[in-house]
Amino acid sequence: MKILVCISHVPDTTSKINFTDNDSKFDTNGVQYVINPNDEFGLTRAMWFKEKQGASVDVVNVGGAETEPTLRKALAIGADAAIRVNTEATDGYAVAKQLAKVVKDGGYDLVIAGRESIDYNGGMVPGMLASMTGANFVTNCIALDIEGTNAKAVREIDGGKETVSTSLPLVIGGQKGLVEESDLRIPNMRGIMMARKKPLTVLEPVDAKAETKAVSFEKPAPKGAVKLVDADNIDELVNLLHNEAKVI
Amino acid sequence: MSVLVYTESEKGKFKKAAFEVVSYAKAIADKMGSDVTAIAINANAPESLGNYGASKVLNVSDSSLDVFNAKKYAAAIETAAKKENASVVVIGSSADSRYLAPLLAVGLEAGYVSNVVDTPSNLSPFTVKRTAFTNKAFANTEIHTDIKIVGLSNNSFGLVETGGSATVEDFSPAIPDSGVRVESVDKATDKVTIADAEVVVSGGRGLKGPENWGLIEDLAEVLGAATACSKPVSDLGWRPHSEHVGQTGKPVASNLYIAIGISGAIQHLAGINSSKVKVVINTDPEAPFFKAADYGIVGDAFEVVPKLTEKLRTFKAQNA
Ligand SMILES: Cc1cc2nc3c(=O)[nH]c(=O)nc-3n(C[C@H](O)[C@H](O)[C@H](O)COP(=O)(O)OP(=O)(O)OC[C@H]3O[C@@H](n4cnc5c(N)ncnc54)[C@H](O)[C@@H]3O)c2cc1C
Repeated sequence: MKILVCISHVPDTTSKINFTDNDSKFDTNGVQYVINPNDEFGLTRAMWFKEKQGASVDVVNVGGAETEPTLRKALAIGADAAIRVNTEATDGYAVAKQLAKVVKDGGYDLVIAGRESIDYNGGMVPGMLASMTGANFVTNCIALDIEGTNAKAVREIDGGKETVSTSLPLVIGGQKGLVEESDLRIPNMRGIMMARKKPLTVLEPVDAKAETKAVSFEKPAPKGAVKLVDADNIDELVNLLHNEAKVI
Repeated sequence: MSVLVYTESEKGKFKKAAFEVVSYAKAIADKMGSDVTAIAINANAPESLGNYGASKVLNVSDSSLDVFNAKKYAAAIETAAKKENASVVVIGSSADSRYLAPLLAVGLEAGYVSNVVDTPSNLSPFTVKRTAFTNKAFANTEIHTDIKIVGLSNNSFGLVETGGSATVEDFSPAIPDSGVRVESVDKATDKVTIADAEVVVSGGRGLKGPENWGLIEDLAEVLGAATACSKPVSDLGWRPHSEHVGQTGKPVASNLYIAIGISGAIQHLAGINSSKVKVVINTDPEAPFFKAADYGIVGDAFEVVPKLTEKLRTFKAQNA
């Protein structure tokens, strides 16, 4: 089985979010980048398929050279080879178009992407990619097993979960549950050394025009100070929620 | 040039979010000088959408669509959009709508923007405001394609009754086969979900252990609320992962969010920040959540929460 794991390069979850150029660009100053958490769960599940079922695992990112350390980290965790499509990730559609080319040329059976990335939260790349390549698609995936070309997956739905059966070729939108937090791997020294020698191929992009564009950013209006209510005066809280906030 | 809106139902009953997306679609149609057509799949009383601004409902009755399937539902909506010559398609933000949206976008060659929180600020270029960076910011986003798909964030527009009426037209789109088959669904039907809830009661590590969750559940029951938790609580196995909210869990956009024994880490706040009113109950007055909350009580959850539950029970009984 040939697996491709899509890796989005995103600001660390503790990053302060600021904008520059008249609020038209994300300010990368001082921002640490990480593998998108949803993708890391998928990558870790892919490692399981590699170790237990002999799958090969490639990772891919659509982005500039600045994303290579993130791809190297994925190699250090255990992926066999990395691909970077050398173009700016302008919107979900354009990224999916680039990935579709990589998937078709590489003949991948299983693509594991994250349910969404934590920067733009579009949640559209895996579904668009599945549609463009004609693969089956399961998102919000919290469990995945493959036997031959058959797959069994569990999808989180509002208020519960559903179990589905499907087959390869398959695109997954993964999240926590594919593996648990405690299964995530911190690259060790040997992994980091080996990652330096693993192939990282840079591909030139295909023509793909973005359909959407974030033209400006805003931050939420600053919040007023919290109103503290005395622990012995809970009637006051009920009163505020009813008469002032009008939420009960 | 109409606005098409996909309205979700559960076991035949429209979800509240269905009325919200219709209200929102109506606001867009008014700006464009056009009309709203809704598509409803196996829903009872489709004409009720007229009250929120739909002039027409395409009513699909098809037993092969009793169980949700993203590819099949996307195909039905795509056919409806083409038939109506829709230039804008509005969908909601449930797990199912988010699942089908990218398939629909590719099918219609339409640009899709999710997590939208307001009506378009401009029709040409078509520009909508969406949340980004997990609620730490908003992005004003243009859609450049002929057909636009807007995914409205739950609870961000509200319901607007117009008192109008809708004509109902039977609609039988061709439904493709799907390579994904649902084997079983495991869902608590008696509980309100985090996505649909107007009130969410959430517990953190401050509750000390799963045996104390009765506190959270009792308060939630009185308020008709969904229950949620912080990430470590689900990682420790005190609560199911499906209750984990925050940047790496579920987003929350309720009217009221009550955080009990939750410190308010940046990753937690990111996910719940779109909730309108936030209440924190925490023993530590320095807990970061107090900076993000509207109302707070510095106190021990084990004393404060049972009292609050009782007070609210009395209040609800008097105001029922
Ligand atoms: C990559 C990444 C992603 C993350 N994503 C998320 C996410 O999506 N969601 C999330 O929640 N977290 C997330 N986290 C974890 C986050 O950083 C915090 O660790 C977590 O939110 C803390 O959970 P907590 O508030 O329940 O626990 P704690 O931080 O331990 O806080 C417990 C609180 O309870 C209070 N307390 C103790 N006893 C009582 C009492 N008797 N009554 C009242 N209050 C009491 C304490 O004062 C304290 O403030 C993420 C972290 C990382 C690194």
